[in-house]
Amino acid sequence: MSTIIKPKSRLPEFVNPHPVKLQTPSYLTAERGVWSWVFTLDHKRIGVMYLVGILTSFLMGGVMALLVRTELLTPGRTIMDADTYNHMFTLHGAIMTFLFIIPSIPAALGNFVLPLMCGAKDVAFPRMNLASFYLWVFGAVFLVAAMGLNGLDTGWTFYTPYSTTTNSSVISATMGVFILGFSSIFTGINFIATVHTMRPKGMTWFRMPLFLWSLYATAIIQVLATPVLGITLLLLIAERVAGIGIFDPALGGDPVLYQHFFWFYSHPAVYIMILPAMGIISELISAFSRTRIFGYRFLCYSSVAIALLGFLVWGHHMFTSESAMAAVIFSALTFSVSIPSGIKIFNWLATLYKGSISLTTPMCFALSFIVLFAFGGLTGLFLGALATDVHLHDTYFVVAHFHYVMMGGTLMAFIGGLFYWWPKMFGRMYNEFWGRTSCLVIFIGFNWTFFPQFLLGTRGMPRRYYNYQPEFQGLHVVSTIGAFVLGVGLMICAAVLIHSLFRGRKAPPNPWGVATMEWQTTSPPPVHNFEHTPDVTDPYDLEDFELIEDTGNYERGRSKSSVAEAAL
Amino acid sequence: MIAEAAAAAAHSSSRFRAHHFETAQQQYAAAKLGMWLFLVTEVLFFGGLFVAYAVFRTLHPEAFVNSAELLDTRLGAINTVVLLFSSLTMAWAVRCSQLGQQRGLILCLSLTLIAACLFLGIKGIEYSHKWHEGHLWASQYAAGEASAAGVFDRAGTFFSIYFAMTGLHAIHILAGMGAIGWVLKRSLRGDFGPNYFTPVDTVGLYWHLVDLVWIFLFPLLYLIG
Amino acid sequence: MNNSPTASVDQIHTHISSPKQMISIFVTLLGLTALTVMASTWPVGRFDVWIALGIAGIKAILVAAYFMHLRYDTPTNTLLLVFAVGVVVLFLGVTLADAIQLAPEVEAASPAVTLQ
Repeated sequence: MSTIIKPKSRLPEFVNPHPVKLQTPSYLTAERGVWSWVFTLDHKRIGVMYLVGILTSFLMGGVMALLVRTELLTPGRTIMDADTYNHMFTLHGAIMTFLFIIPSIPAALGNFVLPLMCGAKDVAFPRMNLASFYLWVFGAVFLVAAMGLNGLDTGWTFYTPYSTTTNSSVISATMGVFILGFSSIFTGINFIATVHTMRPKGMTWFRMPLFLWSLYATAIIQVLATPVLGITLLLLIAERVAGIGIFDPALGGDPVLYQHFFWFYSHPAVYIMILPAMGIISELISAFSRTRIFGYRFLCYSSVAIALLGFLVWGHHMFTSESAMAAVIFSALTFSVSIPSGIKIFNWLATLYKGSISLTTPMCFALSFIVLFAFGGLTGLFLGALATDVHLHDTYFVVAHFHYVMMGGTLMAFIGGLFYWWPKMFGRMYNEFWGRTSCLVIFIGFNWTFFPQFLLGTRGMPRRYYNYQPEFQGLHVVSTIGAFVLGVGLMICAAVLIHSLFRGRKAPPNPWGVATMEWQTTSPPPVHNFEHTPDVTDPYDLEDFELIEDTGNYERGRSKSSVAEAAL
Repeated sequence: MIAEAAAAAAHSSSRFRAHHFETAQQQYAAAKLGMWLFLVTEVLFFGGLFVAYAVFRTLHPEAFVNSAELLDTRLGAINTVVLLFSSLTMAWAVRCSQLGQQRGLILCLSLTLIAACLFLGIKGIEYSHKWHEGHLWASQYAAGEASAAGVFDRAGTFFSIYFAMTGLHAIHILAGMGAIGWVLKRSLRGDFGPNYFTPVDTVGLYWHLVDLVWIFLFPLLYLIG
Repeated sequence: MNNSPTASVDQIHTHISSPKQMISIFVTLLGLTALTVMASTWPVGRFDVWIALGIAGIKAILVAAYFMHLRYDTPTNTLLLVFAVGVVVLFLGVTLADAIQLAPEVEAASPAVTLQ
């Protein structure tokens, strides 16, 4: 079946001839009033609040990106002076990294979906969950406050000695990031404890959906790596406030030590960004090929392998500052970490092969992910090879590489996941045509923006530079135009989703015909998640589902599906 | 008051079981796992400082050896014994809560708090000595005539590490005292008994970790050279 | 886990330490503390760090296994602690090796300054 579900009627919700009446109120309407949200312990509401927060941060970071790109239209001053430019790219990076991309999938989607996928009523520690959200808010306040104080011009990496001597509001910003780190840690602790102790009977480790595996692997990194960032920033603050001197050569310290400390977290952090994204892609590819995911166990093991190997390669951010011996070792290890990612891509492609593909909006984003992530990941190999890195280090090649994997990768998966779980979260379907159009515009705009940056990099354009040689202007102008196209695509995306909240068709429990447990409850779910205890089944057995045309719901046939069957 | 606490504890069984857990055992196991995960973050947090210590000590061994002699080994050893004792009383407190021995629980928690205060007091004395002698962290290192031991190349680096490690440790002691105080307050209310003692257990785990960190800090800072 | 039909959902079953065990662990810890203080006076040269770390390690294992109940707990928790320490050792080892490798270059490039 490759049916794309078309709504029977384009009439607004209140005249829909087939209204779906809920027996119990959904989690959105059960309690009303601001305080019921402020003090909620419901993981679904916390997920929604996180979603609003991170999307606001994404908007802020995106506006800064457009300002940076506008400035780069001409070699000299275009719209701002050099100092302002330094603040602009720093805040773009810091906001996008710490406020948006690291929390995005785990906190906004994971919080909502994980307990539902486990058939549980909530995460293991609901109060810690709410605390993690408020820590995110406080961290955001401190980080954004830096903008209103003396700004931040160190680059998002806060390298010493500049970060210990500059006049900008480094303390406010790093205090913010420190607090955000705890938000991340609390999410990680919650997810690991939930997956360990709250899975239903019958859901053994190798019967877990791949999104859960990816969130689990991510949580391991969050718990192990984030504290190192914490101590790094604390020492940085101590250096600025008290002159503790651990990173300052004039006081007997070592700036390369700062880099070791910083990258020991920040490299695993990129796996915090990509692993949940890969989990989403596994779900989407399987769902919209209407077939079992290929190589399930390899996908599980590769998630854990990426999490572990990710701790062995931080020195590849330091090829020009560390010893030659370390550079050689890290370069060799860096090649190894690409292998599990490659395994995933082959498994997804094998799933697609001879699948019954439906190009729904989530699927379009998933396919975009595969193309863009593969591309971005491959360009990482040039950076990992010492001989080429000498030329490419600190050029636009690096900038293009990480935008391909973080934006072309994680952001695409995040948006795809948002479209996928949107019906479950808000009970609304959206306009497929405009959803798919937004994906096309985003895909075109993204490549328009960042492909020229690979060329800029190989031709020698350094990153973070305000001025540049006139010969680079052509490619910069192309890239900037692309950035605005990308912005338009994202605006269409936002419009589609917001419009669906008001005019979208009411969503059935299982609009995609998927077997994971969150689709066994109403859309949106009631407060305690499930009216009837859900069945534990093979999460990738999709053959059993039949589409009921007038509700758009997929229902299980009578043949299989019980726990007894699953236990065999 | 103790009798009331005992009576309340007898009824505490299902009062504290959260709605999203099936059984008290599941909730207990989850709570312990959660606390161990938090302790993992603490190990990595302090671990960074141990890395800094290792790098600076390896590259400047004389500075470390000479500066370490400026620390008062006796006070450090006393503090080590104090903290080990507090671990004993904390472990005993957990046992008391498991057996519903309200008096013992309150006594052991109080002893743990007193030991913690003693630790901080001795630490305070050490810090004030260093302040007067001018043996402070790198940018403030100003020992001159005031210090009989003299000035060594890069001594400031040693004291940066010393203050960073013991200072962060002291902050954790303070936080631990807060947590133990909260558990003590709940014990006085009779919240704990054989079927619910999780907070005593998990706060105990945190406290033992604080002791564990000191077990390594003491020889590495005080006993070298 | 208790499988008996009369097991209440409200019961917790876990190991309870005996006073004898707790006190003997404490006395052992005191002894090891005395040992490490004495060991710091032995003329062992560069190995003093390793001896100190070894004794501290034994003390840590005693605290973790008995005071923190790891010996009687699910192996997952022990695995977590061991893994965390392993990651610190990895971080420390590689960073230290790199610093040692770089040291001659740093010395050569630094002006001769006596720092306090």
